[in-house]
Amino acid sequence: MDQTAEGADKPDSAVVRDALGVGVAVGLSGFAFGVTSAGSGLGLLQTCALSLLVFTGASQFALVGALAAGGNPFTAAAGAFFLGVRNAFYGLRLSQLLALPRALRPFAAQWVIDETTAVTLAQPTRRPARLGFTVTGLSLYLLWNLTTLLGALGARAIGDTRAWGLDAAGPAVFLALLAPMLKTVTERAVAALAVLLGLGLLPVLPVGVPVLVAALAAPLALFVEGRRRDGTRQEEQAGSEEDR
Amino acid sequence: MNTWIAIGVTALGCYAVKLAGLLVPAHTVERPYVRRLAALLPVALLAALTAQQTFADGHALVLDARAAGLGAAAVALVLRAPFLLVVAAAVVVTAGVRAVGG
Repeated sequence: MDQTAEGADKPDSAVVRDALGVGVAVGLSGFAFGVTSAGSGLGLLQTCALSLLVFTGASQFALVGALAAGGNPFTAAAGAFFLGVRNAFYGLRLSQLLALPRALRPFAAQWVIDETTAVTLAQPTRRPARLGFTVTGLSLYLLWNLTTLLGALGARAIGDTRAWGLDAAGPAVFLALLAPMLKTVTERAVAALAVLLGLGLLPVLPVGVPVLVAALAAPLALFVEGRRRDGTRQEEQAGSEEDR
Repeated sequence: MNTWIAIGVTALGCYAVKLAGLLVPAHTVERPYVRRLAALLPVALLAALTAQQTFADGHALVLDARAAGLGAAAVALVLRAPFLLVVAAAVVVTAGVRAVGG
């Protein structure tokens, strides 16, 4: 048993290489966040606090976007929070794979994000899974915070971030995160409905609220999906009764 | 002050859900409906946020250089460009369109 597990293990160097590849590539995009955040009017300390304490990219972009638009702090935070909820589900998978000692979990928790989960899930056994999680988490956390700082300083140095097109970085990041999720009809329908709600309600509701209403596209799609499944079942029953 | 409140609430909330995932026994949140909803919520939020940050200026809907930038990002994604290149494409095209007076 032990021998098969060892045989299936990836060499440490391969795990580290994969983990660093992800950590460095995504870590560097902290620069875009630093620039966006500073361009949205947040201070250097506030921008760095977000990367250090929140450390989940989409939530950070969402928060500064909502604050820049003039949203109240609680609706802005609510949108960012809902985006972060997926990390809880990553944590469920990771806690089984990594089997971390309870005392270590509060420290590991901050690194439970899309990228560390992707690298960890790709490993065949526990040992490379732990190594992949640690290397991805560490390299990404260090680089993301460093580049956030550089981006925030850079945004001050270059002045008008809009002239440099940097206000397009936020939506591009969202699109890059969203694209791989649009696999099935249901997911595409949810995205389309959310866009309609988000834009349609924008002129009439307070800032930040339309995004929260747009989140309702998710339970709505599940409801319709469930009804359609029930519907086809009933139609089939009705059809077979008419035949008689 | 408002900004610090938002940062504090977001930081606490986001850390709490991360920790909850590691601490909570799997079966309590493993119901199919909850799992499905957790997968679809980010789709809805990201789609709405992408659209708003591209086409909104305060309470007004606008069509400006950002739309061209997002189009470039979409093309880069279809061509399977790496993450940083997707963001760079959006920034460069948006700046370019503004430079020529878009």
